Amino acid sequence: MELTHFGQTALAGLFPRGISQYAIGGVLIGLGVSTIYLGTAITPGASTFFESTLSYISKIPRFNRAKYLVSRDWRIVFTLSMVAGATIYALTLGGGGWTTDVQAWRLLAGGVLVGVGTRLGKGCTSGHGINGIASLSGTSFANVATFMLTAIGAALSMQALGVSP
Amino acid sequence: MSSESRSPLFMPTIVLGGALFGFGLAHSGMAKPEIVLDFLQLQDLGLVFVMGGAATVTGTVMTLAMRYLDRAPLTDEQYGKRKKTFDRSVLLGGVVFGVGWGISGLCPGSAYASLGIGNFPILIGLAGMFLGAYAQGYWRSYRESTSGTATPSD
Repeated sequence: MELTHFGQTALAGLFPRGISQYAIGGVLIGLGVSTIYLGTAITPGASTFFESTLSYISKIPRFNRAKYLVSRDWRIVFTLSMVAGATIYALTLGGGGWTTDVQAWRLLAGGVLVGVGTRLGKGCTSGHGINGIASLSGTSFANVATFMLTAIGAALSMQALGVSP
Repeated sequence: MSSESRSPLFMPTIVLGGALFGFGLAHSGMAKPEIVLDFLQLQDLGLVFVMGGAATVTGTVMTLAMRYLDRAPLTDEQYGKRKKTFDRSVLLGGVVFGVGWGISGLCPGSAYASLGIGNFPILIGLAGMFLGAYAQGYWRSYRESTSGTATPSD
């Protein structure tokens, strides 16, 4: 009895919002990726959208490589569908809209670094973190371990500096 | 894959998969930077279940498809793994992305989903991502055009 209680307390401490929303959300994300993979053999990452979409407005060769040009149309459709899927959630189970209190300078500075880092590192939390891990790719394991540890360090540093939210 | 070899069901499949992905991101709370920051500050480890659940489902499907199926019906492409070569920029990029993620709680997929739940301030973060991606591509192109020996990066 006491052990069970201890276990529950420890679990509640690590997962104050419970586990189910996370696990269910994760499975749905996996089903989304799997749907595209089964139909097309594409392993869809979220961040190549930036480069492939920039090919519409920039002549820089980097953005106009063949692999971006052939995928830029479906990457826009994919991204807009992600926006729409989240809207469906907000209007059904999600209890309407929601906005963040995280300060604008954090969103902008973080966004710029995310833009640079995901392109330099060849992927993001979905490309490396889901597709790459699912592929048991050593490159992806190395990238995910690196960004996880760095991000935890950065977030704890922000907290220690008293930046909130 | 050329766009001519795509089946008429190609785009609808992208839409369905993207919508499931976005719905899942919103349901998991990852569309809220505050919840991501709670994970990175080690106050709520739920994100492990999101990434773990998604990778487990995807990994199982990929393994079964590679083993028992031949080619994808909508593109006629062969099933395979996600392959990215390892080099120094994989680690350097991971560090830069990690600092950005830790500052903001934003990553690309969750930012798209966040916009979908009506979080318009996230547009600042998305604008930043485009700026960063543009700067990175501009710098890479400049370096490749001046260094003479162009090195393919990925």
